[in-house]
Amino acid sequence: MSGLKKSLLVSIWFMFLTFPIMVVKVDIIEKTVQWRWKNLILVGLGSFFLSFLWRYLLEKKEKGAKKKEMGQAEMGLIQKIFTVPRYSRPIYLLFLIFILVFPFIFSTYQTNIMISALIYVLLGLGLNIVVGLAGLLDLGYVAFYAVGAYSYALLNYHYGLGFWTVLPIGGFLAAIFGILLGFPVLRLRGDYLAIVTLGFGEIIRLVLENWDEFSFGPSGIANIPRPGLFGIELDVQTATTYIYYLMVIMALITIFVVNRLQNSRLGRAWLALREDEIACQAMGIDKIKTKLTAFALGATWAGFGGVIFAAKTTFINPASFTFLESAIILSIVVLGGMGSIVGVVLAALIMILLPEYLRAFSEYRMLIFGASMVLMMVFRPQGLIANVRRKYLYNAVQSRKTGESR
Amino acid sequence: MDYFLELFFGGLTKGSIYALIALGYTMVYGIIELINFAHGEIYMIGAFTALIVAGVLSFLGFNTVSILILATLIAVVYSSAYGYTVEKIAYKPLRNAPRLSPLISAIGMSIFLQNYVLLAQTSDFLPFPNLIPEFEFMEPYYHIMGSSELVIILTTAVVMVLLTLLIKFTRIGKAMRATAQNKKMAMLVGVNVDRVISMTFVIGSALAAIGGVLIASYVGQINFYIGFIAGIKAFTAAVLGGIGSIPGAVLGALVLGWTESFATGYVSSDYEDVFAFCLLVLILIFRPAGILGRATTQKV
Repeated sequence: MSGLKKSLLVSIWFMFLTFPIMVVKVDIIEKTVQWRWKNLILVGLGSFFLSFLWRYLLEKKEKGAKKKEMGQAEMGLIQKIFTVPRYSRPIYLLFLIFILVFPFIFSTYQTNIMISALIYVLLGLGLNIVVGLAGLLDLGYVAFYAVGAYSYALLNYHYGLGFWTVLPIGGFLAAIFGILLGFPVLRLRGDYLAIVTLGFGEIIRLVLENWDEFSFGPSGIANIPRPGLFGIELDVQTATTYIYYLMVIMALITIFVVNRLQNSRLGRAWLALREDEIACQAMGIDKIKTKLTAFALGATWAGFGGVIFAAKTTFINPASFTFLESAIILSIVVLGGMGSIVGVVLAALIMILLPEYLRAFSEYRMLIFGASMVLMMVFRPQGLIANVRRKYLYNAVQSRKTGESR
Repeated sequence: MDYFLELFFGGLTKGSIYALIALGYTMVYGIIELINFAHGEIYMIGAFTALIVAGVLSFLGFNTVSILILATLIAVVYSSAYGYTVEKIAYKPLRNAPRLSPLISAIGMSIFLQNYVLLAQTSDFLPFPNLIPEFEFMEPYYHIMGSSELVIILTTAVVMVLLTLLIKFTRIGKAMRATAQNKKMAMLVGVNVDRVISMTFVIGSALAAIGGVLIASYVGQINFYIGFIAGIKAFTAAVLGGIGSIPGAVLGALVLGWTESFATGYVSSDYEDVFAFCLLVLILIFRPAGILGRATTQKV
C-alpha cells in the first residue's frame, strides 16, 4: 500500500518536472503554442511503473550485497557462460566462425556496419586499457582516434604514403600524443584527470576545425585511398571485404595483446594503480612509467582505429571526432564491464549494431546510452560481464568441485 | 582605451555568468567531492524553461518586466527541481561506491538530459527574446557596456552577496560547512546530511538557472547543447579558483572571462574555447589546488 502511494507521488513529481519541456512547445517567430498533453500521460504512467521496478532492483541489489558479505555470492548465468571454459569455448568458436563467414552471407552494406562495429571493438579495448585496467578516466580518447585518422589522410595527401606504411606511423603518433597528454596529468587525481582529458580532446578538435592550412578545416579531407593489396586494384565490394578481414585480424590481435597485457607484470601494476595509488607506490611500482605506458598503449589502438577508419570511409572531417564519440566509447567500456575483454567486445557489438538494425530506435540512441550509463552504475557497476580477477584458491577440493581452474 | 574597456566589461559579464554556474560545481564538490557533469545541463534546462514560459506569457500579453521576473522565478523552481531529482536518481545510490562510479553516472545523466531536451523540444537554435530592458542613462556608455551587461554584472553581485550571507549566517549554511568539513562528524552532531546535500544541489541549480536566463537573454539564442560548453568552462573556473572554495569560484570565473575576452579581442576569435582549455591545463599543471585552494594530502 505504501509502495502504491510512493509510486503515485513519484509519478506526480515527474509529471510536474517534465511539464514545460515535454508538454509545451512554443514557436516564438510564428507565435504559436503547441500543447502535447499525450506526453504528460505517458510520463505519468511510465514513471509510476518504473518506480516500482526501481525500488525492486534497489532492494535486490542490497540483498545481493549482504549475501556477498556472508560469502555466498553466486555467479550469474551469463557470467558463467562467458567465464567458465567448458561453456565459453564452444560459444567463442561458433562466434568466430560466424564472424569469418559474415561477408559471404550478408551484403556489402551489412559488412560495412560490421566494420564500424569492429572499429569500436578496437577503440573499446584500447580505452579499456586506460580506464578499465589502469583506472584513469580518459574523456578525450577520441583525440587519439583523430590523430590516427588525420595522420593517414595528411601523410597520404602530402607524401603519397600508403595504408600499410601509415598504420604503424599512425599508432606511433597517437602514442606520442598519449605521452604528451600523460605528462602534465601525472599528478592529477581521477576527476581532474577526466576534465583535462576532455579539454585535450576538445583542443585537438578545435585546432583541426580552425587551422585551415593544416587540416583543411571543417570541410575535411576527401579521396583517401583504401588499403592496397600488393598493388592490385580492388572494386568497392572486394575492398570492403578486404577491410573487413583486416579489421577481424586487428581485433583478434588486440584481444590477444590486451589479454596477455592484463596478466603481465605491467597489467598487474595497472590494476594495483587503479585500486590504490599510494599503496601501489609503496609496493615499489614506478607510478610515472606505469601511467604513461597505459596512456601510450591505449592511444596506440585508437591511432590504429583512426587509420582504418580513414581508409574505410575515404573521407574525414573534424565532426567525426566530437566529445560524443568519446562518450560512446566510454559507455562501451562501462557497459561491458571495466577491465573485462569479453564484456567490452560484447558491449561494442550491441551498442553499434542494435541502433543500426532498430531504425525506429536510433533517434533515441543517445538517450538510451546516457540512461544506461546511469543505470549500470547504480545497479550493476561491474558491467555486463564482470572482470574476474585471477585468484589463488587454497581449498583444492572446492576448486575441483566447481570446475574452476583459476 | 575604449576597446580595452569594452573587452574588460565583456570579460566581466562573461565571468559573472561563469561564476553563477561555477558556484554550483564548487558547492557540490565541496560537499560530496563529485564533479557534477550534469550541472551544465541544469543550466540549459533553466534557459529552456525560461524561454517556454516567456513565450507563453508574451502571447498572453504580459509586459516585459513581469515576463522577466516570472520566467526567471519559474526557471529557478524547475532547475532546482531537476537538480534535486538528478541527485536522488544518479548520485544518492552511489554515495559509498568507488569514486569513478558517480562520475560516470554524472556523464550519463548529462548525455541523457541533453537528448531529453533535444527530443522533447528541438535540435535547432531557438531565438531567445531579449527580456532585459534597455536603460536610457546607459546610452552615452553604450559603446563600452550595454544595459544587459550592467544588469548581468549587478545581478551576479547581488546573488553572490546573498549566497555568502546564507552560507555564513543561516542554519543550513552552517550545516553545509560542517558537512563539507567532515561528513561523519556532521552526522554525529545531528546534521541531516542527506538534506544538506539535497539543499546544496537545489541552491547550485537555482544559481545556474539565473545564469541561464541572463546569458540566454544576452546572447539571444539557445539550443540543447549550450550546457556542455558552459558547464566545462564553469568547471574550469571553479578549478582555477580552487575547487570547493566559493570566493575562489568567483575569482576563477572572472579570470577566465577576462582571459577569453582579451585573448579573442587581441589574438584570434577562432580559438576562444582553446584559450579556456589551455588555461585549465596550465593551472592544473602548475597549481593543481587553484588560486585560492589549499593543497590536501591524500592518505591511504
